[in-house]
Amino acid sequence: MQVRRGIEEVIPTVNMRINDLDVMAEEGQTILEVCKFYGFDIPTLCWDEGLSPYGGCRLCVVEIGEGKNTKLVSSCTYPAQEGLIVRTRSKRVDHARKMVIELLLARCHTSKVLQDLASQYDVEQVRFPLKNDDCILCGLCVRICKEQMMAEAIGFVDRGKDMKITTPFNDKTDTCRRCGACMYICPACQARCQGPDVKDPICNGCLSMSPTCLDFYDDAQCFMSESACGTCVRERKKEEVSKKEV
Amino acid sequence: MIQMKFKTSKELEAHRSAVLKAQDPKRKWISFCVGTGCIASGAEKVAAAMKLELKKNGPKGVQFKETGCPGFCERGPLMVIHPEGIFYQNVKPEHVHDIVSRTLKKGEIIKELLYIDPSSGKQVTNEKDVPFYSKQKRLILGNNPLVDPTNIDDYMAVGGYTALGKVLSEMKPEQVIEEVKKAGLRGRGGAGFPTGVKWETTRNAKGAVKYIVCNADEGDPGAFMNRSVLEGNPHSVLEGMIIGAFAIGANEGFVYCRNEYPLAVKNVTLAVQQLRDVGLLGKNILGSGFNFDMSVVRGAGAFVCGEETALMASIEGKKGVPKQRPPFPSQEGIWGKPTNINNVETWANVPFIINMGAEAYARIGNKTSKGTKIFALVGKIKNTGLVEVPMGTTLKEIIYEIGGGIPNGKKLKAVQCGGPSGGCIAAANIDVPVDYEGLKQYGAIMGSGGMVVMDEDTCMVDVAKYFLKFLLEESCGKCTTCREGIERMLEIVTRMSEGKACLDDIALLEELANVVKDTTMCGLGNTAPNPVLTTLRFFRDEYIAHAKDKKCPAKVCKALISFNIDEKKCTGCGACAKRCPQSAISGENKRPHKIDQKKCIKCGVCESTCKFGAVSRR
Repeated sequence: MQVRRGIEEVIPTVNMRINDLDVMAEEGQTILEVCKFYGFDIPTLCWDEGLSPYGGCRLCVVEIGEGKNTKLVSSCTYPAQEGLIVRTRSKRVDHARKMVIELLLARCHTSKVLQDLASQYDVEQVRFPLKNDDCILCGLCVRICKEQMMAEAIGFVDRGKDMKITTPFNDKTDTCRRCGACMYICPACQARCQGPDVKDPICNGCLSMSPTCLDFYDDAQCFMSESACGTCVRERKKEEVSKKEV
Repeated sequence: MIQMKFKTSKELEAHRSAVLKAQDPKRKWISFCVGTGCIASGAEKVAAAMKLELKKNGPKGVQFKETGCPGFCERGPLMVIHPEGIFYQNVKPEHVHDIVSRTLKKGEIIKELLYIDPSSGKQVTNEKDVPFYSKQKRLILGNNPLVDPTNIDDYMAVGGYTALGKVLSEMKPEQVIEEVKKAGLRGRGGAGFPTGVKWETTRNAKGAVKYIVCNADEGDPGAFMNRSVLEGNPHSVLEGMIIGAFAIGANEGFVYCRNEYPLAVKNVTLAVQQLRDVGLLGKNILGSGFNFDMSVVRGAGAFVCGEETALMASIEGKKGVPKQRPPFPSQEGIWGKPTNINNVETWANVPFIINMGAEAYARIGNKTSKGTKIFALVGKIKNTGLVEVPMGTTLKEIIYEIGGGIPNGKKLKAVQCGGPSGGCIAAANIDVPVDYEGLKQYGAIMGSGGMVVMDEDTCMVDVAKYFLKFLLEESCGKCTTCREGIERMLEIVTRMSEGKACLDDIALLEELANVVKDTTMCGLGNTAPNPVLTTLRFFRDEYIAHAKDKKCPAKVCKALISFNIDEKKCTGCGACAKRCPQSAISGENKRPHKIDQKKCIKCGVCESTCKFGAVSRR
């Protein structure tokens, strides 16, 4: 079968089965896109509609296949295929997601998004020593910087357990326009921003936020509402408090 | 060396017969291994001394050939004197004079240099009678000690490029694929996917531009068979690749070799250049109208780049990070073009299939796995080195007949097959036939062919810890489950080896290991928990001993053992006290000494120092 989009473009379709429902999908779609279209909820952390799929957080895993030969795949990267059988919330899937949430929470336990997921998936305890990190390495900031902001100011550095996201040579860079997109998209690390720290190479989005940004620039440069970040406001309040004390 | 470009396969054959004619089968020549293993044992100095000695005092006409690795690295440097086949091992520069003056000139045999079979205790003169060699079937490694890897004529003399000539002049691409399929060749990189089917998929994939890749990013600790083949006989791999490219319809190829193999990179680069010089690479190869060229890409040293999607990213110049399959490389590979990736050993098998014919090749091996496989037999075993056996040979035969068994009268405990992604096979199961399916049923994999033998002094928790440490270093860090999961598994296992774990930790470890296996994207993460899962499966009591009783049954984990001096055996010589870095040992002269457990850091110096066996682990 084919779907007609506009007048000229004809996109071939595939038939699949999601949670016992026969569905039709466009070729080239991912399982996640199809599931979202049909209203099956799949939690994600490293996925965003406007960015290329990454498949790193493993939270969106679904079970594919039938009988004994089923396997877990990340729905955000796995392409929709003819005859594919998908289960979005089986025992195996739930078990895996719980463990993923537990692992991430152990790394980054102050994140509200992760805490909410833990409550949704009934993760009651974290059995690993806590790490006090503030980044889950989902790579959304890297991709939004590259794909939407066309900047490529930040990227992954090192590998495995030492991997981090930073600017080239961990140095301040002119490529970064301080647009704040990385902070906007970050699903977990709202706690990362430590206020306007000139040495911080990553973002310094707050440097461009009203009103503290006016200390640095002639025009206000903030693209975020105060409630989204608020560090600059805190900074202002601190200043006010110290002035009063004086 | 050849100074011409071959335009037809007839010219190639004519050159081969000229090379063969120039060689007298009765001539005296010396085959001397200068592979990485023997170089580490000092082969370069021996080779230099030998060349000098031959020039000064040698009988005329003796050819000294620096060849690739025959596989018996433990006994290196290795020398074989042809045509008699006299086998000298552990050759040192000071032996060179004797070898020339006595063996070469007078035909005497130098007894000190002969190999002594550890199981029978007899000296072996002839290479053929060495049990380590005689029980193998050396299809691929067999040519290594006959060929100078830098000389293409040598490879031609042992029948090199006959298969290529045959393919290009007589066969169609489909016929080649059919032949490989019939032979039942499966990927030697470990997963065992049928090679012919892979080739066919790539051939049938859409698109005019196709690539082939030779995966020489061998990274398993203790595995070095791909290195030996590439170093010792690079042309056999390249011939397989050209045949494969013809069958698939690819015009460009890559050899992805890790830069930690400098000799392999050097030899294979030279071989590619030689092929270009003689017209076996380039346009219109042997007048068939087939164009093919290839380049050597050096890997920067990441274990994960042995995974095919990460390898392709690395070739493209990106960071070596795996991506989702499907689409498989055979559909969308390097730069989005269909790409066929095979292991070094898989490519090296191809010329044999064409030369022998599929039926003859399929007779080697067993029902599901055909041909031979090279294993790197290492660890607590008498004969370490590279072992090539037909598929389906039992683990027992490899360990006891070829490997010579376990040294020092110890018992076999387990065999770790398939590197860090593989698993441990317990001693009780060593009757398992070594093929793709056989190893799978015990949770291990063939992998690239690493085989680490462990005796009763090995702690399985410690083994799991070792492999997890390796994998933690090598995980690319993309997937949460692999990056965090391996770190957490290592944390738990480390807690166990320090006596700080409880029984719940075993359950947590198992749960986590299963999720990591299930949830991670690429082959590295999927198989990373195997060392943990297989040791848990066959040696759970050891984990329980660590967690519950805080004891290490093999007496390896330092936090759980103590060193003690047996008063009856101690003569009071004081040797241990002198060497103890902590000054933890005290006692009067000629009276039994004592170890102060509070000061002791369990370094084990006292144990290795004591000549009377008075120091023991508890």
